[in-house]
Amino acid sequence: MMAEKEALFSQKNRRLLIDPLNDDNPISVQVLGICSALAITVQLKPAIVMSIAVMFVLIASNVIVSLIRNLIPGRIRIIVQLVIVAGLVIIVDLILKAYLYDVSKELSVFVGLIITNCIIMGRLEAFALGNGPWKAFLDAIGNAGGYALILIVVAFFREVLGSGKLLGYEVLGHKGKTLIDSTGLYSFGYENNGFMLLSPMALIAVGVYIWIQRSKNRKLIEA
Amino acid sequence: MNRNSNAYTFLFAIILVVVVAGLLAFVSEGTKEKRAMNVKLEKMQSILSTIGVDVSREECGVLFKKYVKQELALKADGSIDANIKAFDINLKHELKKPVNEQRFPLYVTEKDGKKNYVIPLYGAGLWDSIWGYMSLADDENTVIGASFDHKGETPGLGAEINQSWFEDQFKGEQIMEGSKFVSVKVVKGGTPESNKHGVDAISGGTITSDGVTKMIEERLKRYLAYFKNN
Repeated sequence: MMAEKEALFSQKNRRLLIDPLNDDNPISVQVLGICSALAITVQLKPAIVMSIAVMFVLIASNVIVSLIRNLIPGRIRIIVQLVIVAGLVIIVDLILKAYLYDVSKELSVFVGLIITNCIIMGRLEAFALGNGPWKAFLDAIGNAGGYALILIVVAFFREVLGSGKLLGYEVLGHKGKTLIDSTGLYSFGYENNGFMLLSPMALIAVGVYIWIQRSKNRKLIEA
Repeated sequence: MNRNSNAYTFLFAIILVVVVAGLLAFVSEGTKEKRAMNVKLEKMQSILSTIGVDVSREECGVLFKKYVKQELALKADGSIDANIKAFDINLKHELKKPVNEQRFPLYVTEKDGKKNYVIPLYGAGLWDSIWGYMSLADDENTVIGASFDHKGETPGLGAEINQSWFEDQFKGEQIMEGSKFVSVKVVKGGTPESNKHGVDAISGGTITSDGVTKMIEERLKRYLAYFKNN
Protein backbone atom coordinates (compact mmCIF):
# COMPACT_ATOMS: atom_id res chain seq x y z
CA MET A 1 0.00 0.00 0.00
CA MET A 2 1.05 3.54 -0.60
CA ALA A 3 2.61 5.20 2.43
CA GLU A 4 1.06 8.57 1.80
CA LYS A 5 -1.64 9.50 -0.63
CA GLU A 6 -0.22 11.14 -3.69
CA ALA A 7 -2.02 14.01 -5.38
CA LEU A 8 -3.80 13.08 -8.60
CA PHE A 9 -1.60 15.40 -10.62
CA SER A 10 1.47 15.60 -8.43
CA GLN A 11 4.66 16.83 -10.02
CA LYS A 12 5.80 13.23 -10.51
CA ASN A 13 2.57 12.33 -12.26
CA ARG A 14 2.71 15.40 -14.46
CA ARG A 15 6.16 14.37 -15.58
CA LEU A 16 4.75 11.02 -16.69
CA LEU A 17 2.46 12.94 -18.97
CA ILE A 18 4.91 15.53 -20.28
CA ASP A 19 8.30 13.80 -20.42
CA PRO A 20 7.42 11.50 -23.34
CA LEU A 21 6.53 14.52 -25.45
CA ASN A 22 10.08 15.83 -25.48
CA ASP A 23 12.80 14.61 -23.08
CA ASP A 24 11.80 10.96 -23.31
CA ASN A 25 9.97 10.79 -26.63
CA PRO A 26 9.37 7.17 -27.64
CA ILE A 27 10.30 7.81 -31.27
CA SER A 28 12.90 10.55 -31.30
CA VAL A 29 14.73 9.64 -28.09
CA GLN A 30 14.06 5.96 -27.49
CA VAL A 31 13.75 5.27 -31.25
CA LEU A 32 10.86 2.81 -30.83
CA GLY A 33 7.87 2.37 -33.11
CA ILE A 34 9.81 3.66 -36.12
CA CYS A 35 8.21 1.13 -38.46
CA SER A 36 4.73 2.59 -38.33
CA ALA A 37 6.15 6.12 -38.28
CA LEU A 38 7.61 5.42 -41.72
CA ALA A 39 4.62 3.58 -43.14
CA ILE A 40 1.70 5.87 -42.44
CA THR A 41 3.12 9.37 -42.54
CA VAL A 42 2.61 9.95 -46.26
CA GLN A 43 -0.64 11.75 -45.47
CA LEU A 44 -1.87 13.55 -42.39
CA LYS A 45 -5.25 11.86 -42.01
CA PRO A 46 -4.11 8.23 -41.59
CA ALA A 47 -1.39 9.51 -39.23
CA ILE A 48 -3.99 11.16 -37.01
CA VAL A 49 -6.32 8.16 -37.01
CA MET A 50 -3.41 5.84 -36.31
CA SER A 51 -2.36 8.05 -33.38
CA ILE A 52 -5.84 7.82 -31.89
CA ALA A 53 -5.94 4.04 -32.33
CA VAL A 54 -2.51 3.61 -30.74
CA MET A 55 -3.53 5.89 -27.87
CA PHE A 56 -6.64 3.81 -27.19
CA VAL A 57 -4.79 0.49 -27.30
CA LEU A 58 -1.89 1.79 -25.21
CA ILE A 59 -4.15 3.28 -22.52
CA ALA A 60 -6.31 0.16 -22.28
CA SER A 61 -3.43 -2.32 -22.26
CA ASN A 62 -1.31 -0.25 -19.86
CA VAL A 63 -4.18 0.02 -17.37
CA ILE A 64 -5.20 -3.64 -17.68
CA VAL A 65 -1.64 -4.93 -17.27
CA SER A 66 -1.11 -2.56 -14.36
CA LEU A 67 -4.29 -3.83 -12.65
CA ILE A 68 -3.26 -7.47 -12.89
CA ARG A 69 0.47 -6.87 -12.52
CA ASN A 70 0.61 -8.74 -9.24
CA LEU A 71 -1.15 -11.76 -10.69
CA ILE A 72 0.88 -12.23 -13.88
CA PRO A 73 3.34 -15.12 -13.60
CA GLY A 74 6.80 -13.74 -14.36
CA ARG A 75 7.79 -16.45 -16.78
CA ILE A 76 4.97 -15.87 -19.24
CA ARG A 77 4.53 -12.14 -18.79
CA ILE A 78 5.48 -11.24 -22.38
CA ILE A 79 2.95 -13.74 -23.74
CA VAL A 80 0.29 -12.37 -21.41
CA GLN A 81 1.02 -8.83 -22.59
CA LEU A 82 0.84 -9.93 -26.21
CA VAL A 83 -2.50 -11.68 -25.72
CA ILE A 84 -3.97 -8.58 -24.09
CA VAL A 85 -2.65 -6.22 -26.77
CA ALA A 86 -3.71 -8.53 -29.61
CA GLY A 87 -7.18 -8.95 -28.10
CA LEU A 88 -7.63 -5.18 -27.78
CA VAL A 89 -6.42 -4.51 -31.30
CA ILE A 90 -8.84 -7.06 -32.77
CA ILE A 91 -11.70 -5.52 -30.80
CA VAL A 92 -10.75 -2.05 -32.10
CA ASP A 93 -10.61 -3.42 -35.63
CA LEU A 94 -14.03 -5.08 -35.35
CA ILE A 95 -15.65 -1.99 -33.87
CA LEU A 96 -14.14 0.25 -36.55
CA LYS A 97 -15.42 -2.10 -39.24
CA ALA A 98 -18.92 -2.06 -37.78
CA TYR A 99 -19.35 1.59 -36.80
CA LEU A 100 -16.61 3.62 -38.52
CA TYR A 101 -16.29 1.72 -41.77
CA ASP A 102 -14.57 4.50 -43.70
CA VAL A 103 -11.94 5.05 -41.05
CA SER A 104 -11.28 1.34 -40.91
CA LYS A 105 -10.69 1.31 -44.66
CA GLU A 106 -8.33 4.25 -44.33
CA LEU A 107 -6.17 2.39 -41.83
CA SER A 108 -6.44 -1.00 -43.56
CA VAL A 109 -3.52 -3.18 -42.49
CA PHE A 110 -2.03 -0.72 -40.04
CA VAL A 111 -4.58 -1.47 -37.32
CA GLY A 112 -3.27 -5.02 -37.17
CA LEU A 113 0.26 -3.70 -37.03
CA ILE A 114 -0.46 -1.90 -33.75
CA ILE A 115 0.05 -5.30 -32.12
CA THR A 116 3.70 -5.23 -33.09
CA ASN A 117 4.23 -1.58 -32.19
CA CYS A 118 7.29 -1.65 -29.97
CA ILE A 119 6.11 1.36 -27.96
CA ILE A 120 3.16 -0.59 -26.58
CA MET A 121 5.17 -3.65 -25.54
CA GLY A 122 7.89 -1.34 -24.30
CA ARG A 123 5.57 0.60 -21.98
CA LEU A 124 3.88 -2.56 -20.67
CA GLU A 125 7.23 -4.13 -19.88
CA ALA A 126 8.97 -1.03 -18.56
CA PHE A 127 6.15 0.75 -16.79
CA ALA A 128 2.80 -0.98 -16.34
CA LEU A 129 4.33 -4.05 -14.66
CA GLY A 130 5.75 -1.90 -11.87
CA ASN A 131 3.24 0.91 -11.36
CA GLY A 132 -0.37 1.48 -10.39
CA PRO A 133 -3.21 1.95 -12.89
CA TRP A 134 -3.51 5.74 -12.56
CA LYS A 135 0.19 6.22 -13.26
CA ALA A 136 0.00 3.68 -16.07
CA PHE A 137 -2.92 5.63 -17.52
CA LEU A 138 -0.94 8.90 -17.49
CA ASP A 139 2.14 7.17 -18.86
CA ALA A 140 0.07 5.74 -21.72
CA ILE A 141 -1.37 9.13 -22.64
CA GLY A 142 2.09 10.70 -22.50
CA ASN A 143 3.77 8.10 -24.65
CA ALA A 144 0.95 7.84 -27.17
CA GLY A 145 1.01 11.65 -27.29
CA GLY A 146 4.74 11.65 -27.97
CA TYR A 147 4.22 9.11 -30.72
CA ALA A 148 1.34 11.15 -32.17
CA LEU A 149 3.40 14.34 -32.09
CA ILE A 150 6.18 12.90 -34.28
CA LEU A 151 3.71 11.17 -36.60
CA ILE A 152 1.77 14.36 -37.18
CA VAL A 153 4.84 16.57 -37.66
CA VAL A 154 6.40 14.14 -40.14
CA ALA A 155 3.11 13.54 -41.96
CA PHE A 156 2.53 17.30 -42.19
CA PHE A 157 5.80 17.91 -44.03
CA ARG A 158 5.54 14.79 -46.18
CA GLU A 159 2.02 15.61 -47.35
CA VAL A 160 2.72 19.30 -48.02
CA LEU A 161 6.04 18.77 -49.81
CA GLY A 162 5.15 15.46 -51.42
CA SER A 163 1.67 16.05 -52.76
CA GLY A 164 1.02 19.73 -52.04
CA LYS A 165 -2.01 18.90 -49.91
CA LEU A 166 -3.06 18.90 -46.29
CA LEU A 167 -5.76 16.46 -45.20
CA GLY A 168 -6.54 16.16 -48.90
CA TYR A 169 -6.98 19.93 -49.53
CA GLU A 170 -4.75 21.55 -52.13
CA VAL A 171 -3.03 24.14 -49.94
CA LEU A 172 -0.34 25.15 -52.43
CA GLY A 173 -2.74 25.77 -55.30
CA HIS A 174 -3.93 23.54 -58.07
CA LYS A 175 -1.57 21.93 -60.56
CA GLY A 176 -2.98 22.01 -64.07
CA LYS A 177 -1.61 20.51 -67.27
CA THR A 178 0.25 23.71 -68.14
CA LEU A 179 1.55 26.68 -66.15
CA ILE A 180 -1.43 28.78 -67.25
CA ASP A 181 -3.95 26.25 -65.92
CA SER A 182 -2.18 26.12 -62.59
CA THR A 183 -2.83 28.31 -59.59
CA GLY A 184 -0.88 29.23 -56.48
CA LEU A 185 2.76 28.13 -56.29
CA TYR A 186 2.34 25.87 -59.29
CA SER A 187 1.85 28.83 -61.61
CA PHE A 188 5.50 29.75 -60.89
CA GLY A 189 6.65 26.34 -62.01
CA TYR A 190 6.77 24.72 -58.58
CA GLU A 191 6.84 20.91 -58.60
CA ASN A 192 5.91 18.48 -55.86
CA ASN A 193 8.79 16.46 -54.53
CA GLY A 194 7.74 12.85 -55.22
CA PHE A 195 10.69 11.67 -53.16
CA MET A 196 8.88 12.83 -50.01
CA LEU A 197 6.28 10.11 -50.58
CA LEU A 198 8.82 7.31 -50.34
CA SER A 199 9.75 5.69 -47.02
CA PRO A 200 13.42 6.79 -46.97
CA MET A 201 12.29 10.42 -46.67
CA ALA A 202 10.30 9.55 -43.55
CA LEU A 203 13.48 8.25 -41.99
CA ILE A 204 15.31 11.42 -43.02
CA ALA A 205 12.44 13.56 -41.69
CA VAL A 206 12.58 11.76 -38.33
CA GLY A 207 16.35 12.22 -38.39
CA VAL A 208 16.00 15.95 -38.99
CA TYR A 209 13.46 16.12 -36.14
CA ILE A 210 15.91 14.38 -33.80
CA TRP A 211 18.69 16.75 -34.93
CA ILE A 212 16.61 19.86 -34.22
CA GLN A 213 15.36 18.43 -30.92
CA ARG A 214 18.90 17.59 -29.74
CA SER A 215 20.24 20.98 -30.65
CA LYS A 216 17.44 22.70 -28.67
CA ASN A 217 17.13 20.36 -25.69
CA ARG A 218 20.17 20.65 -23.40
CA LYS A 219 19.24 17.50 -21.46
CA LEU A 220 19.68 15.33 -24.51
CA ILE A 221 23.18 16.53 -25.30
CA GLU A 222 25.58 13.82 -24.28
CA ALA A 223 28.71 14.96 -22.52
CA MET B 1 -0.46 -20.04 -4.27
CA ASN B 2 3.10 -19.73 -5.48
CA ARG B 3 3.12 -17.36 -8.44
CA ASN B 4 6.15 -19.06 -9.93
CA SER B 5 4.82 -22.60 -9.79
CA ASN B 6 3.93 -24.42 -13.00
CA ALA B 7 0.39 -25.01 -11.83
CA TYR B 8 -0.22 -21.29 -11.29
CA THR B 9 1.33 -20.38 -14.64
CA PHE B 10 -0.88 -22.86 -16.47
CA LEU B 11 -3.98 -21.81 -14.58
CA PHE B 12 -3.32 -18.14 -15.31
CA ALA B 13 -2.69 -18.79 -18.99
CA ILE B 14 -5.88 -20.85 -19.32
CA ILE B 15 -8.07 -18.29 -17.57
CA LEU B 16 -6.57 -15.41 -19.57
CA VAL B 17 -7.04 -17.14 -22.90
CA VAL B 18 -10.62 -18.18 -22.12
CA VAL B 19 -11.54 -14.65 -21.02
CA VAL B 20 -9.93 -12.99 -24.05
CA ALA B 21 -11.36 -15.54 -26.48
CA GLY B 22 -14.82 -15.16 -24.97
CA LEU B 23 -14.62 -11.40 -25.24
CA LEU B 24 -13.48 -11.54 -28.87
CA ALA B 25 -16.22 -14.00 -29.78
CA PHE B 26 -18.78 -11.75 -28.11
CA VAL B 27 -17.64 -8.60 -29.94
CA SER B 28 -17.32 -10.45 -33.22
CA GLU B 29 -20.84 -11.89 -33.01
CA GLY B 30 -22.26 -8.59 -31.83
CA THR B 31 -20.89 -6.66 -34.80
CA LYS B 32 -21.24 -9.41 -37.41
CA GLU B 33 -24.47 -8.22 -38.97
CA LYS B 34 -23.37 -4.61 -39.06
CA ARG B 35 -20.02 -5.46 -40.63
CA ALA B 36 -21.63 -7.65 -43.30
CA MET B 37 -24.14 -4.91 -44.03
CA ASN B 38 -21.36 -2.32 -44.48
CA VAL B 39 -19.59 -4.55 -46.99
CA LYS B 40 -22.82 -5.20 -48.90
CA LEU B 41 -23.82 -1.54 -49.01
CA GLU B 42 -20.33 -0.55 -50.09
CA LYS B 43 -20.56 -2.98 -53.00
CA MET B 44 -23.88 -1.42 -54.03
CA GLN B 45 -22.39 2.05 -53.64
CA SER B 46 -19.42 1.17 -55.86
CA ILE B 47 -21.68 -0.28 -58.55
CA LEU B 48 -23.94 2.78 -58.51
CA SER B 49 -21.00 5.22 -58.56
CA THR B 50 -19.72 3.81 -61.87
CA ILE B 51 -22.97 4.75 -63.60
CA GLY B 52 -22.82 8.24 -62.14
CA VAL B 53 -25.12 7.78 -59.15
CA ASP B 54 -23.19 9.08 -56.16
CA VAL B 55 -25.10 8.48 -52.98
CA SER B 56 -24.30 7.90 -49.35
CA ARG B 57 -24.04 4.34 -48.13
CA GLU B 58 -27.33 4.55 -46.25
CA GLU B 59 -29.40 5.25 -49.36
CA CYS B 60 -27.81 2.55 -51.50
CA GLY B 61 -30.17 -0.27 -50.66
CA VAL B 62 -33.23 1.44 -52.12
CA LEU B 63 -31.51 3.07 -55.10
CA PHE B 64 -29.74 -0.14 -56.05
CA LYS B 65 -33.12 -1.79 -56.63
CA LYS B 66 -34.24 1.21 -58.65
CA TYR B 67 -31.34 1.36 -61.10
CA VAL B 68 -30.17 -2.24 -61.41
CA LYS B 69 -32.57 -4.07 -63.71
CA GLN B 70 -30.81 -7.39 -64.13
CA GLU B 71 -28.14 -9.26 -62.21
CA LEU B 72 -26.67 -11.90 -64.48
CA ALA B 73 -24.22 -14.71 -63.82
CA LEU B 74 -22.48 -15.52 -67.10
CA LYS B 75 -20.73 -18.70 -68.14
CA ALA B 76 -17.47 -18.61 -70.09
CA ASP B 77 -19.34 -19.01 -73.39
CA GLY B 78 -21.52 -15.98 -72.67
CA SER B 79 -24.71 -17.85 -71.76
CA ILE B 80 -26.59 -17.05 -68.58
CA ASP B 81 -26.58 -19.31 -65.54
CA ALA B 82 -29.95 -18.68 -63.92
CA ASN B 83 -29.18 -20.72 -60.82
CA ILE B 84 -26.66 -18.28 -59.39
CA LYS B 85 -27.28 -14.82 -58.03
CA ALA B 86 -24.72 -12.40 -59.42
CA PHE B 87 -24.54 -10.29 -56.27
CA ASP B 88 -23.48 -13.31 -54.21
CA ILE B 89 -20.53 -14.18 -56.45
CA ASN B 90 -17.25 -13.54 -54.71
CA LEU B 91 -14.75 -12.95 -57.52
CA LYS B 92 -11.82 -13.70 -55.24
CA HIS B 93 -13.00 -17.29 -54.76
CA GLU B 94 -14.57 -17.57 -58.20
CA LEU B 95 -11.34 -16.89 -60.08
CA LYS B 96 -9.60 -19.80 -58.38
CA LYS B 97 -11.97 -22.26 -60.07
CA PRO B 98 -11.35 -23.69 -63.56
CA VAL B 99 -12.55 -21.23 -66.24
CA ASN B 100 -15.47 -23.44 -67.29
CA GLU B 101 -16.88 -23.45 -63.78
CA GLN B 102 -16.41 -19.73 -63.20
CA ARG B 103 -19.44 -17.49 -63.34
CA PHE B 104 -18.95 -13.84 -64.23
CA PRO B 105 -21.31 -11.36 -62.62
CA LEU B 106 -22.80 -8.66 -64.83
CA TYR B 107 -25.18 -5.92 -63.71
CA VAL B 108 -27.47 -4.43 -66.32
CA THR B 109 -28.59 -1.02 -65.15
CA GLU B 110 -30.88 1.61 -66.52
CA LYS B 111 -30.46 5.30 -65.85
CA ASP B 112 -32.40 8.09 -67.62
CA GLY B 113 -33.68 5.50 -70.11
CA LYS B 114 -30.14 4.42 -71.06
CA LYS B 115 -28.88 0.90 -70.61
CA ASN B 116 -25.47 0.36 -68.98
CA TYR B 117 -23.42 -2.70 -68.13
CA VAL B 118 -21.47 -2.81 -64.88
CA ILE B 119 -18.61 -5.31 -64.75
CA PRO B 120 -16.91 -6.21 -61.47
CA LEU B 121 -13.10 -6.35 -61.53
CA TYR B 122 -10.65 -8.22 -59.35
CA GLY B 123 -6.89 -8.49 -59.60
CA ALA B 124 -3.56 -8.07 -57.86
CA GLY B 125 -1.78 -4.85 -56.92
CA LEU B 126 1.62 -4.52 -55.31
CA TRP B 127 0.90 -5.61 -51.74
CA ASP B 128 -2.47 -7.26 -51.94
CA SER B 129 -5.61 -7.57 -54.01
CA ILE B 130 -7.23 -4.70 -55.89
CA TRP B 131 -10.77 -4.64 -57.20
CA GLY B 132 -13.32 -2.35 -58.72
CA TYR B 133 -16.19 -1.89 -61.14
CA MET B 134 -16.33 -0.57 -64.67
CA SER B 135 -19.48 0.43 -66.49
CA LEU B 136 -19.94 0.38 -70.25
CA ALA B 137 -22.50 2.24 -72.31
CA ASP B 138 -25.14 0.56 -74.44
CA ASP B 139 -22.64 0.37 -77.34
CA GLU B 140 -20.67 -2.16 -75.25
CA ASN B 141 -17.57 -0.10 -75.97
CA THR B 142 -17.49 3.30 -74.27
CA VAL B 143 -16.59 3.43 -70.59
CA ILE B 144 -19.11 5.39 -68.53
CA GLY B 145 -17.24 5.23 -65.27
CA ALA B 146 -14.92 3.17 -63.13
CA SER B 147 -14.28 2.78 -59.45
CA PHE B 148 -11.38 1.00 -57.84
CA ASP B 149 -10.38 -0.02 -54.39
CA HIS B 150 -7.55 -1.87 -52.75
CA LYS B 151 -6.69 -3.72 -49.61
CA GLY B 152 -3.23 -2.44 -48.79
CA GLU B 153 -1.57 -0.42 -51.55
CA THR B 154 0.96 2.22 -50.52
CA PRO B 155 -0.78 5.40 -49.26
CA GLY B 156 -0.10 8.35 -51.54
CA LEU B 157 1.16 6.08 -54.32
CA GLY B 158 -0.71 2.94 -55.39
CA ALA B 159 -3.52 3.72 -52.96
CA GLU B 160 -4.46 6.68 -55.19
CA ILE B 161 -6.35 4.32 -57.50
CA ASN B 162 -9.46 4.83 -55.39
CA GLN B 163 -9.28 8.63 -55.78
CA SER B 164 -11.60 10.37 -58.18
CA TRP B 165 -8.82 11.98 -60.25
CA PHE B 166 -7.66 8.51 -61.24
CA GLU B 167 -11.09 6.96 -61.67
CA ASP B 168 -12.47 9.89 -63.69
CA GLN B 169 -9.81 9.43 -66.36
CA PHE B 170 -11.60 6.30 -67.52
CA LYS B 171 -14.75 8.15 -68.56
CA GLY B 172 -15.09 8.20 -72.33
CA GLU B 173 -12.32 5.68 -72.95
CA GLN B 174 -13.09 2.82 -75.34
CA ILE B 175 -12.36 -0.85 -74.95
CA MET B 176 -12.71 -1.84 -78.61
CA GLU B 177 -10.76 -0.80 -81.70
CA GLY B 178 -13.21 -1.58 -84.50
CA SER B 179 -14.18 -5.15 -83.68
CA LYS B 180 -10.92 -5.93 -81.88
CA PHE B 181 -10.70 -5.91 -78.07
CA VAL B 182 -7.86 -3.65 -76.87
CA SER B 183 -8.96 -2.82 -73.32
CA VAL B 184 -7.96 0.37 -71.50
CA LYS B 185 -4.36 0.58 -70.36
CA VAL B 186 -2.81 2.57 -67.53
CA VAL B 187 0.23 4.12 -69.19
CA LYS B 188 3.37 5.25 -67.39
CA GLY B 189 4.41 8.73 -68.49
CA GLY B 190 0.89 9.72 -69.46
CA THR B 191 -1.18 9.60 -72.62
CA PRO B 192 -2.58 12.35 -74.84
CA GLU B 193 -6.31 13.13 -74.66
CA SER B 194 -6.74 11.64 -78.13
CA ASN B 195 -5.71 8.17 -76.99
CA LYS B 196 -9.00 6.43 -76.28
CA HIS B 197 -7.42 3.28 -74.87
CA GLY B 198 -5.09 4.63 -72.23
CA VAL B 199 -5.08 6.72 -69.05
CA ASP B 200 -2.25 8.25 -67.01
CA ALA B 201 -0.51 6.04 -64.48
CA ILE B 202 0.34 7.06 -60.92
CA SER B 203 3.94 8.19 -60.48
CA GLY B 204 5.61 5.96 -57.93
CA GLY B 205 2.78 3.45 -58.19
CA THR B 206 3.92 1.53 -61.26
CA ILE B 207 3.18 -1.99 -60.07
CA THR B 208 -0.30 -1.02 -58.85
CA SER B 209 -0.92 0.78 -62.18
CA ASP B 210 0.18 -2.29 -64.13
CA GLY B 211 -2.07 -4.37 -61.89
CA VAL B 212 -5.03 -2.20 -62.87
CA THR B 213 -4.21 -2.60 -66.58
CA LYS B 214 -3.97 -6.37 -66.26
CA MET B 215 -7.10 -6.62 -64.13
CA ILE B 216 -9.21 -4.64 -66.61
CA GLU B 217 -8.03 -6.69 -69.58
CA GLU B 218 -8.40 -10.04 -67.82
CA ARG B 219 -11.88 -9.33 -66.57
CA LEU B 220 -13.39 -7.53 -69.56
CA LYS B 221 -12.37 -10.17 -72.09
CA ARG B 222 -14.63 -12.68 -70.33
CA TYR B 223 -17.67 -10.64 -71.28
CA LEU B 224 -16.92 -10.36 -75.01
CA ALA B 225 -18.80 -13.57 -75.78
CA TYR B 226 -21.91 -12.25 -74.06
CA PHE B 227 -21.71 -8.88 -75.78
CA LYS B 228 -21.34 -10.59 -79.18
CA ASN B 229 -24.57 -12.52 -78.64
CA ASN B 230 -26.62 -9.60 -77.38
